[in-house]
Amino acid sequence: MKIKINLNERSSDFAKEVEKRSGIKVKECYQCGKCTAGCPVAYEMDYMPNQIIRLVQIGARREALTSRTIWLCASCITCSTRCPKEVMIAELMDVLREMALEEGLANPSEKNITSFHESFLNSVKKHGRISEVWMLNEYKMKRPKTALQDLAVAPQMVVKGKLSFVPHNIKGKDAISRIFKKCKPK
Amino acid sequence: MKIGYYPGCAITKGATSEEYGTSVMKVSEVIGPKIEEIPDWSCCGASSAHATNHKLSTALSVRNLSLAEQHEYEEILAPCPMCSQRLIISQKDVQDDDVLKREVEDAIEMPCGTNVKVSNYLEIIKNYSMDEIKQKIKKTAKGLKVACYYGCLLVRPPKVLKFDDPEDPQSMDEIVRAIGAEPIDWEFKTNCCGGGFTLSRPDVVVKLTNDILEGAQEAGAHAIAVACPMCHANLDMRQKKIEKEYKRKYDIPIVYISELIGLALGLGAIGLGLDKHFVDTKSVVDAYT
Repeated sequence: MKIKINLNERSSDFAKEVEKRSGIKVKECYQCGKCTAGCPVAYEMDYMPNQIIRLVQIGARREALTSRTIWLCASCITCSTRCPKEVMIAELMDVLREMALEEGLANPSEKNITSFHESFLNSVKKHGRISEVWMLNEYKMKRPKTALQDLAVAPQMVVKGKLSFVPHNIKGKDAISRIFKKCKPK
Repeated sequence: MKIGYYPGCAITKGATSEEYGTSVMKVSEVIGPKIEEIPDWSCCGASSAHATNHKLSTALSVRNLSLAEQHEYEEILAPCPMCSQRLIISQKDVQDDDVLKREVEDAIEMPCGTNVKVSNYLEIIKNYSMDEIKQKIKKTAKGLKVACYYGCLLVRPPKVLKFDDPEDPQSMDEIVRAIGAEPIDWEFKTNCCGGGFTLSRPDVVVKLTNDILEGAQEAGAHAIAVACPMCHANLDMRQKKIEKEYKRKYDIPIVYISELIGLALGLGAIGLGLDKHFVDTKSVVDAYT
């Protein structure tokens, strides 16, 4: 695969910035490709995991932060576990996702994934715990095209008592909303 | 010693996978250890928090460790591996980073719970209840071949979780052997099921779970045992869709390890929640005599 890199946007401090934020030593990677070989979702990614590391190493900030790969990483941590140089690749994906959101660069093709995260966290913010029906409702409103995809299992879920319509509110839910306020990204 | 119980959102009463929590509690009444729910626990933030906001993820998890310490628990059981993994990683992150620790304490308005030990379900059974199981076992399932599926979160990252072998774990296999069934050797023990992508990228989940089901079937499994509500939901609730999409017939019951222990102890299948699964579990229940 050929990667086109916009050299004007190169920022050699990118790897340092990532390391400062997370302690992850991106420069240790010697591109053996073991992370990619074991990645269960590599087949869907636009850049392979080792390529994401390379992009960070050479300071191709925009390419890394706008990639679909960072969102498709399932956080299974197989890559970090097997890396011979102990580069925390799965944890690197977390940092890149966080940076992509802060800079408004999250790839719109993976909007289902980012919308899911938003709906999930909004439910926690509001109730202190996940309330499936409420989270699902918000997610389906945000991503109407996904509305039909889970219909096949929904009736059986109701019959088996797997969908509770009562929100799971905790007593300390105000404390939870204060946590969200204090942890708001800058 | 009393152990604090952190069910987490997925397996608490009224949640999608409540049968895991129910069977964990029923089994603990018979073979211990005594567990008590941590009052007013909150969500650990799961993958959505750690994938988008490290500080938030750490604060949401650590709040529960702090609550546990306030209630004087030295150890807590988090049967959901997403929870146990997040709680353990967050605890290590605040132990290692004073700046983060101060920020988290400011957010949760409590001192960080840095001492309480967090254990997953397999650890609790292995450390406290193996002798009890051997003494109280009432039924065995001779010839029931069980594929022990650990998934990702019980064993990775190994340096932080320090639990079992990340490529070929054995703790669930030992429990299955102890309750008179036959753990099989297979290749997909710690493969990923797609976890939290079940709603956002079900296509990925269907592919990954098909690989796992195919692996279990080829290895001759009669059932797959799990200790994770996400693994269970993906393998059980999506199994019909997987079969349709890949034109395969699996019909493999997916059972929680706590349900299998319960059956061996002679507890009723319905009380353990085995009627709540999508794939019929009758073949597993009937195997226990």
